[in-house]
Amino acid sequence: MTIEIKTSTLEPVRQTFANLERRFGNKQATRYQEATYDVQATNNFHYRPLWQPDKELNDATRTDIVMEDWYALKDPRQFYYGTYVQQRAKMQELAESNYSFFEKRGLSSHLSDEVKASLVRHLIPLRHVEHTANLNNVYGSAYGYGTAITQALLYDGMDRLGIAQYLSRIGLILDGNSGDALSQAKEFWMNDPVWQGQRALCEKTLVIKDWFETFIVQDLVMDTLMHDLYYRQYDEWLNANGAQDVGMLTEFMRDWNRDVSRWADSVFKTVASESDHNKALMKGWVETWRGQTAEAMAPLAQELCGGSASLDDALAALDKRLKKIGLA
Amino acid sequence: MAAKKLNLKDKYKLLTRDLDWEFSYEDRKEAFPYEEFEGIKITDWSKWEDPFRLTMDAYWKYQAEKEKKLYAIFDAFQQNNGHLNVSDPRYVNAVKLFLTGVSPLEYQAYQGFAHVGRQFGGVGARVACQMQSIDELRHVQTQVHAMSPYNKFFDGFHDWTHMHDRVWYLSVPKSFFDDARTGGPFEFLVAISFSFEYVLTNLLFVPFMSGAAHNGDLNTVTFGFSAQSDEARHMTLGLEVIKFLLEQHEDNVPIVQKWIDKWFWRGCRLLSLVGMMMDYMLPNKVMSWKEAWEVYFEEAGGALFKDLARYGIRMPKYADVVEKEKEHVSHQAWWTFYAYGHAAGFHTWIPTDKELDWLSEKYPETFDKYYRPRWELAKKLEAEGKRFYSQALPQLCTTCQVPMMFTDMENPGELSYRSTEYKGEKYHFCSDGCCDIFKDEPEKYVQSWLPVHQIFQGNCGGPDVPDILKDFYHFNLGADNLDMKGSPDEERWKQWKSA
Repeated sequence: MTIEIKTSTLEPVRQTFANLERRFGNKQATRYQEATYDVQATNNFHYRPLWQPDKELNDATRTDIVMEDWYALKDPRQFYYGTYVQQRAKMQELAESNYSFFEKRGLSSHLSDEVKASLVRHLIPLRHVEHTANLNNVYGSAYGYGTAITQALLYDGMDRLGIAQYLSRIGLILDGNSGDALSQAKEFWMNDPVWQGQRALCEKTLVIKDWFETFIVQDLVMDTLMHDLYYRQYDEWLNANGAQDVGMLTEFMRDWNRDVSRWADSVFKTVASESDHNKALMKGWVETWRGQTAEAMAPLAQELCGGSASLDDALAALDKRLKKIGLA
Repeated sequence: MAAKKLNLKDKYKLLTRDLDWEFSYEDRKEAFPYEEFEGIKITDWSKWEDPFRLTMDAYWKYQAEKEKKLYAIFDAFQQNNGHLNVSDPRYVNAVKLFLTGVSPLEYQAYQGFAHVGRQFGGVGARVACQMQSIDELRHVQTQVHAMSPYNKFFDGFHDWTHMHDRVWYLSVPKSFFDDARTGGPFEFLVAISFSFEYVLTNLLFVPFMSGAAHNGDLNTVTFGFSAQSDEARHMTLGLEVIKFLLEQHEDNVPIVQKWIDKWFWRGCRLLSLVGMMMDYMLPNKVMSWKEAWEVYFEEAGGALFKDLARYGIRMPKYADVVEKEKEHVSHQAWWTFYAYGHAAGFHTWIPTDKELDWLSEKYPETFDKYYRPRWELAKKLEAEGKRFYSQALPQLCTTCQVPMMFTDMENPGELSYRSTEYKGEKYHFCSDGCCDIFKDEPEKYVQSWLPVHQIFQGNCGGPDVPDILKDFYHFNLGADNLDMKGSPDEERWKQWKSA
């Protein structure tokens, strides 16, 4: 049996805000639409930035990419702040229970010395790569155009800080909270030849001027290669070497990658299909950075998985992704 | 072996502060290029004390809990026609002012903190700014969601972002934040984190949120409660910023003082809108603007500046002028809006007799002497069916962009007016405070997009004012503007209440 509560219905004067009515017609808008479309100021800025006097405060020309409407870059996940934090809170709840389980059962004591050494040398330094990704995504959020893309880039940037912190916690689990694993990992990051190509690449991405180029290098080229190497290949190697429990500690990163690729791919696809101009620019950037990134990661790939990691497989994953988004 | 427990500070240091590194392959100055041009000297970023030590996992968790509760209220409000519970339909005009004037500033805060959250060389400061950035995004979005149901039943909300970029009085808040964001990264923090969030926030946030509480606006007040812990974090950041800059190098002191002077004054001019809201737009009053200023600035701010004296920082310049102006500004602002009520995106009205008496009581030195006679005249004209609207376009102050309406505190019956010449052009100001700000950075302020100038230059459509209001501002004439009396808002309210 259903019961029906009688409420008083008042006829609204209008269904939604005028900007949404112009875009979608006079109907109820979703919370994503209300929180996103046309929220960023577009006209009549009062002063030029002292720090960049050749641009307006909000200026679509901070990238060479041209979009007729930057709000075409909508997020298929429909993340505004509220949906974003609630989704991440669910993921962190699972991660938290994984980390506590791992610590409570002392699962690190089952790891072989070889695995432990590899985690400190190969996995923990990734936190510095994630820190770079934090800066690179916040860069796009600060200088990009239109709330649709800039809010999603900030979520991505904050995610990277979170991932850097999860990786750091793995270090603290391994060293019993002394911080020794983190210092050792940083020493590798700073001085060991295996990491220098990657570190130089990270530094180089931080001086790119065009925010969409930064986005391509970071979220398309570097992320695809890293994720294939670490969260597929390295994960398999850990499984094969009695360290499958470590997978509990990196589950967040794998779930996260699925979630964020869905959004990023949709953005890449939309931008590439907007015009030949955009597509040519994106292809040019991919071409420039694909080789450099592969070269930078080569020493790492050579050591990773006891020497059995395949950079070619990672590059194949990148090529597959490029094909999917229309950039092959 | 049981793992030792790390204290919060050490843990935060390992998880966050240690992520950055000294560059070897690129020039760090190219990655963080804006740190030096303002003349601020940072000798050691590691001395930055993290104002709050929140890791992302904890952030997601706490914020998600808050959002869940907040949206449960929004849903209930919508389902139960929560707008019917406000004290009086006049109240809703304060919400219109908030959505069109303040919410877009939350968005600018998101952008400004993303900018400095990318640009500071110190990771501690960067991460604190990034968190504020995403918080500010939260605030604009939750405000839109809180106020969206009002848009469905009242006029004046419908094109808030479009209006913010164009409407004459909204250039006051817009230019304020444009000014901060176009400044260097350290000026931005002194302007927004310290001067605004720390020193003046209680005079913006608290009046609106308490106003909502006193006037039955469940959505807005629930937003206010939900944002309180974010605001507390932002305030601690504001205080850390100032202490850090002052402790880093003595050469920073005069620069910081100059910014405090500027942003205090600019903030006070912006707050005249809040003063007017408190004294005139809230049917159920919280406290008078004058009382708010005394509690939140004279007492709390006084103690703060006493504390900062050891760094060589003094009270903001012209604080003495503002102390006198607290008796006047709200009356002058509401009178101006009343006179230009045909060109405002919300309704204006004559205070009720009871409200006039409240104003006399709260402002014994000034209200009966200077302001009550105006309202008595307006009442007389209205009774004769001659509700007056001022037809001439007002002259705006080049710096704060408020119409010339403030009076001289030496002689409160006379308009205050200042001017200066720059490169053969004459510029007009409402005060010494605004004139000083211009003279210090004339190249910046000659760029001001002054709405009245723009109208005269033909950049806002026209030719007549109603065309501009309708086509350029997107006002629904006869619905969004004019007096509360006889407005569609008022008509609908009566129908709902008699049903």
